[in-house]
Parts: sequence; C-alpha cells; structure tokens
Amino acid sequence: MTPYAVSTRTPASSVALTLGIALVVVLYVAPLFASRGLIQDLFFILTMLTLAQFWNLLAGYGGLVSVGQQAFVGIGAYALFGGVILGAMDPVAAILLSGVAALVLAIPTAFFAFRLQGAYFAIGTWVIAEVARLSIAQWKALGGGTGTSLPREAMREMMLTDWIGTVFDVRASAARDILAYWLALTLAVATIAGIYWLLRTKRGLALAAVRDNMEAAKSVGVDASRMKWVVFLTSAFGTGVAGGVIYLQKARISPDAAFSVTDWTAYVIFIVVIGGIGTIEGPILGVLAFFLLQSLLSDYGSWYLMILGLIGIVVMLFAPRGLWGLISDRTGLQLFPIRRRLTGGKIED
Amino acid sequence: MIWVDTLVQGILLGGLYALFAAGLSLVFGIMRLVNLAHGDLIVLGAYLILVVVSATGMNPIFAAAVAAPVMFAIGWTLQKVVLNRTLGEDILPPLLVTFGLSIVLQNALLEGFSADSQRIGFGALETASVPLGPVTVGVLPLMTFGTAVLTILVLNQIFYRTAIGRAFRATSDDATTASLMGIRPARVFATATGLAMVVVTIAALYLGTRANFDPSIGPARLIYAFEAVIIGGLGSLWGTLAGGIIIGVAQTLGAAINPEWQILAGHLAFLIVLLVRPRGLFPRGKD
Amino acid sequence: MSALLETKGLTAHYGDFQALFGVDIRLERGETVAIIGANGAGKTTLMRSLSGVLSNDPDMIHNDGAAVGALGADTIMKRGIAMVPEGRKLFPSLSVEENLIIGGQHKGGRDMGDRIDGLIARITGGDDPSALTGHHDGTGYWTLDTIYELFPILRERRNNPGTALSGGQQQMVAIGRALMSNPDVLLCDEISLGLAPVVIKDIYAALPKIKESGASVIVVEQDIGQALKVADRVYCMMEGRVTLTGRPEEISRDAIHEAYFGAAA
Repeated sequence: MTPYAVSTRTPASSVALTLGIALVVVLYVAPLFASRGLIQDLFFILTMLTLAQFWNLLAGYGGLVSVGQQAFVGIGAYALFGGVILGAMDPVAAILLSGVAALVLAIPTAFFAFRLQGAYFAIGTWVIAEVARLSIAQWKALGGGTGTSLPREAMREMMLTDWIGTVFDVRASAARDILAYWLALTLAVATIAGIYWLLRTKRGLALAAVRDNMEAAKSVGVDASRMKWVVFLTSAFGTGVAGGVIYLQKARISPDAAFSVTDWTAYVIFIVVIGGIGTIEGPILGVLAFFLLQSLLSDYGSWYLMILGLIGIVVMLFAPRGLWGLISDRTGLQLFPIRRRLTGGKIED
Repeated sequence: MIWVDTLVQGILLGGLYALFAAGLSLVFGIMRLVNLAHGDLIVLGAYLILVVVSATGMNPIFAAAVAAPVMFAIGWTLQKVVLNRTLGEDILPPLLVTFGLSIVLQNALLEGFSADSQRIGFGALETASVPLGPVTVGVLPLMTFGTAVLTILVLNQIFYRTAIGRAFRATSDDATTASLMGIRPARVFATATGLAMVVVTIAALYLGTRANFDPSIGPARLIYAFEAVIIGGLGSLWGTLAGGIIIGVAQTLGAAINPEWQILAGHLAFLIVLLVRPRGLFPRGKD
Repeated sequence: MSALLETKGLTAHYGDFQALFGVDIRLERGETVAIIGANGAGKTTLMRSLSGVLSNDPDMIHNDGAAVGALGADTIMKRGIAMVPEGRKLFPSLSVEENLIIGGQHKGGRDMGDRIDGLIARITGGDDPSALTGHHDGTGYWTLDTIYELFPILRERRNNPGTALSGGQQQMVAIGRALMSNPDVLLCDEISLGLAPVVIKDIYAALPKIKESGASVIVVEQDIGQALKVADRVYCMMEGRVTLTGRPEEISRDAIHEAYFGAAA
C-alpha cells in the first residue's frame, strides 16, 4: 500500500504549470512577432488582470468588498507623475514610488474603513477614494483638476527604451509600449505567483478560514483583524504599482480618469464576478471574457455598459461562482489548487 | 452675519441629504441591504417627474405624486424579483447586484435622456425667498427641510404605529418566526423597498427642482446619503437628519472658504465623525 | 373521515442528514396529542415540518384532507395551524402587546399581496401559492382581552419589550401570540423547557381553556410526566421514527422507557 501524503498538487495543476511557464515565455518574446496594436491590447489585458487579482484577493478571499480601489490606482499613478515631474526620477524607477504611495494611503484608509462593516465598508472605501481624487485635484503642480502629461525628455530618456528601440528596430513610441508591456507582464506574473504563494501559506489557509467562518476561525486562534490588514495593504500596494504602470504607458493623467470608479473598480469587479470570485483562475478567464465583450460592443457606448451591468447581475444571481465555477463543477479541474489533499492509498468511507 | 447665513443654508441643505438618506436607512434597517443603486434611483425618480411635467405641464409636486406609485411599483418589483434572491449571510451578492444595477440605470438614463443637464421647472418658487430672522432663505430650500422633517415623522409613525410597521420590525428581528405569524418576509421586504422608493421620489422632486441633474450624478448622492446615515447612527431616522445637517453645513462652510472645497469638506466632516464616534452620533442597540 | 392534521410517511433531511424516517401521526379534532422523546429524536423537526418552516412533499402532510406538506409557514398559519416555537422567539423590537397583536394581524383570508401573487400565478401559469388559504377566517374566542384574562400578568407588562420579561412570562406571550389567530391547531414546541416547575404548572393550567376555545393541540415535551397528564394520546419518538403510540392509561412505564431509549437500554 502506498503511504499517504499531503499535497496540493493535482495532475491538472502540473500540466497547467508547464503550459503556464511556456505561455509566459511566449508572452515575453511576443514583441518579436506581435503588432503594436496587439501589444497594446495585451498590455490592457495584463493590467486589468493584475487589478482583478488584487480585488479578488480582497473581496473573494478577504471578504473585504471595496469599491474604492480607484484610490490606489490614482494615487499610484500620481506618485509616478510626481516622482518624474517634481523629483526628476526615471519613470520606470518611479513605479516603486507608486506602490509606496498606495501603501501610505492604505494605512489611514484601512484605519477608517475597518470601522465599517460589510456594505458600509464598501461605500467607506469609495468615500476615501473621492477624498483622494478631490485632494489631488487641488495639487496645482500636477495640473490640478485638468491633469498633466509626463515630460517628453523624461519619456525619451527612460531606461531601456533606447535598447529596445535598437533590438526590435522600432521607433521610440513603440519601444515605450514594449517596455510598458514587459512591466505589465512581469507585474501580472508576479501577482499571480505571489497571491498563489500567499494562499498556500499557513496564513493563506487562515484567510480561507476567516472568509468561510469568522467565528470558527477566531476560535481556532486565527487573528482575523491582522489578516484583514495584511490583505488590504498587499492589495493596495499591488493596485498602486499597477496604477503606476498603466499611467506610465498612458503618459497623460487627470484626477477624473485616474480615480475613475468605472474604469478601475466597476470593470474589475465585473471581471472577477463573471470569471469566478474566490479563485485565481476566475479573474484570468474573466479578463478574457471582458476583453472579448469590449472588442465586440465598445462601439455601442452606453449600451455596452448596460449589457456589462446586466451580465454581471445575471451571473451573480444564477451562477455566483462565475465561468470558472461552471467549468470546475463540470470537470473538477483545478489549475491553482489551494486545498491540501490526501494522496496515496485509498480513502474508504 | 455671512457665517450665520452660511450655517442656515447648510442646515437647509442637510434636509435634502436627509431625504436622500431616509430611503437608504429604511431599507438597511429592515433587511440589512445596502442598495448601491440608491443614488441612481433618485436620479431615475427625477427623470420620471421631469417626463410627467413635460408631458402634462402639471406642477412638479403633483407630478411627483404621479411618479410615486410608479416608483413604488418599481421598488416592489425590483425587491421581489431580484434583490430578495441576494439576501443572506453573504454580503457579496446584494452589493454586486446593486452595483451592477447602478451601472445599468446610469447608462439606461444616458441612452434615454442624453448626458445634457436637465432641471424641473418650479416657476417663481425657484427664486422666491423669505426673511428668516437675520437671514434670507430660499423658499425651496425651506420646503425641502420641512419635507424632510415631515417625511421622517411619517416614516416613524408608520414604523412604530401601524400593522405594516410591526411587520417590518418583526421580520427584521427574525424572518422565520415572522413567517409563523402569517407574514411573508419576501413580500414585507418588497413593500419596504416600495416605500423607500416613495421617499426616493420625494427626494427626487427636490433634487430636480433645486439644481441641474444628469444621469451621472447618482453615485455622489448615494455617498452623501450614506454619510448622513453613518453619522446619525444606523437605524435612527432623526440621527440621519442630524447627519444630513452635518454634511450640509460642512459643505456650505467649505464652499464659503473656497468653492472647490465644498464636496471635500463634507467628506472630511464624515471622516472626522467616524474617527471620534465610530458608531455614529445616535447609535441604537444592535449593529 | 380525514383527520384535522395527519402526516403520512413524513421524511425530512438537513442536507445529507436524514432527521425523520417515515413518521405517521394523527391529530383528531378536539384532541391533545403529546410527542415525547429524547434530544435528537426528531420532535422539533416534526414540528418544523408541520408548521411549514421545513418544506416537504405535499402528500406527506394533510390538513382537513388537503395536501399541505409543501406550503410555506405563512400559508400554513393562515389555514389555522399556529406554532409556539421552541425557545419562544419573541420579537425583541416589539412590545408585549405588539407581539400579541402581530400574531393575529395576518390571520386569514386573501390579502392584497395574495391577490397580486394569484394574478402573477395566473399570468405565468404557475400555482397560486395562496389558493389553499382562505377557509380559516381567524375569528373566534381569542382577542387581546381574552389573552389578558388567561395570563393577567401580561396586561400589566403590555408596554414592556417582549424580551424584558421572565422566561415564564415570555412563554405566555408566545402562547398568546399563537392563540391570537384563533387557530384550529396549536403546535407547542418544548414550552416547559428551562422553566421552573411552578411556572410550568401555571402555563399548563391554561391548556383546558385553550381546548375549550376549540383548538386541538400538539405538545412536544421532554417532561414525560407532564405529557402523560395532559395528553389524550402520546407518540414516543426515537431516532427519527415513532416507536410507541397509545393512550396514557394504556402504556406502561417500561414500554415508554424502551421506546425512549431503545430496547437494549
């Protein structure tokens, strides 16, 4: 008889890991053969995926339903612009500032918002995002309410752009897109790997316990409030970095755009909900579905948003575990297994 | 003198915010549901009144009386068909469904009425004013405040003096036991949301007559309403009025210093109250 | 002749756990039936099924010949089957008097909401969920005044919050609340649980008056002595099955002991 062993690995997850690594390699070398348009589309997908993974970590695993994540995208983006315009930093290096700024904003945000429960937490985060937007709009050095652009010299002298331009034989603007794309890809891969790692640690298991049953988790000694802080700050940092990368590529910022609840929270929630909340696979599937819908429908303006809203409502009511829930129910597939399973031998009942 | 004037204007503005908040507070009190589309439903109500006014030329108050039963029916159906399915231990479904509804409503209104600003004409009332002690106040803001007080009085009467109010409280306490009393919780919830939509219609009347509105302003109204509810303490309608007044006064004071600071000042007042009194000014026993 | 209330092969499940395995009980008009059994025997599950809190197959429960097993608690109540739930379950936001009033507030007939539901059902071709209500009009002996006569202490405390009362007084409110609909059937789940003997005596003293008003009664009791004293017939349950039935005078202590704890005990 084979001895029992505790493992989180499934056959599907081993295949997924291999395919995943292959996919990431292909994505890294994509600028060799992909058009500039495709690179821009991939950039959009990867940054939205990153935002979705962090929102999913918050809401799906941490039970913290925030509708104020635009605060961290906005503050991250503005920190990058501030570092470049006021501090003459290299834009790529300034991305680190994005994460730090988001983290700094997240501490008072959590302090206030954690005083509110459930749905009120959601609106509380929204209020703080509004406060951040209105405050930033008062910052005249960064363009006030109308916003500003990254200086041309800073963009021209940005690290690696010359090298990329030479290697790929493209113009400076295309080289910047490739650089931004690589940054977004690195961020997305690091996000998924990092969240997967976090969820598989003892702390991550505690997180699942807190989500499933706060009282029970407390009784076995899980410090729920500390977990909330960890999750909230991690998400804020990651969301801030994503905000920096997004606006490095856009190179133009305004408070209304950088703190947009539709772009950085509504879309992100939609992605997680239709993909499947509380799973790592869900946001990946969700961002693809979202991109598809956007390509098909975005010409229809308000109809497009109405349809997105309706799809979100219908999925939440009738398939609350999203597309990935439907797939894994049918097939039992798990690409990022978190549950520890007993393998070897046979379990009799 | 200008400060007294600012203070009075702020208090009267608070009446408007209390009207925004009363429906939110009612629904939360009965079924622990926070409707993220609340602000957009107020805007929907304003468009409904606008349509009735433009179609018939009737006084906006009568138009609101026409719109109110329609809004009741919308709320009743929304609760019965959609929102009742989302109630339960998990807070995600109601939040995400009402967030989706907010997006749908905003864009449906955008499609139907365009992004242009609208206003419901109220004739001479729009500019009429009366002296009130040392200051002069607009008749419309004064009416708004009076309506807010009256609305809260009536809601409290309904809540504590009528059969449906008893059913509201009993169902809120314990829906299963309420069903043993012949009460159908799903229907009580639908009635509560219908009633909240009547209050929303009243709020919409003043939203639409006091200033311009367009399809995108709902979420900001939701936020003011939410702040008023939290400041007042969950479950207390008079507290909600006090919360509305605090937001209103903070906004007018902020605007008096620098017009760009109006909204920010309101939010900051909310955060300060949250810091000092996390459970609001007039908290009730539970929650 | 159909019984007032009857279960036929009643089963009940909580998820994968089966709590009742084909229970047959019968309540005739004018009877008082006691259900006894140890903790976990399925008594409360039976009461939850009878009161409509748990949904079953329609044919598993019959009331006056109608199959009512699938009806919801509110419809069951409007048919004249009222429940005093385990743990009393008073509404904390309501005063004593309001707790009583609400018991009789929705007691019978088709109200506005029923008509709307019926209309929707006709349009969509579904079953009208309220079609089986209406025969019980909820009028009768019990009013606020007669409840206060039955339990005079409640009149004194009428404006207190229901939950500010002692356990025994709360139980009186719960019984009064159920009586306010003038039910044909009164289901009492563990009404003596956690109360002092003298208080239990006071509460059971109300039973003759309740029967006189025309209600038939099912009591679930852990106190076998009390059950044998008040019941016309007794059902003993064990592990989700009825293990003994009979009139109190016909059944021996040993038989009860065996039905209660199993043969090997």
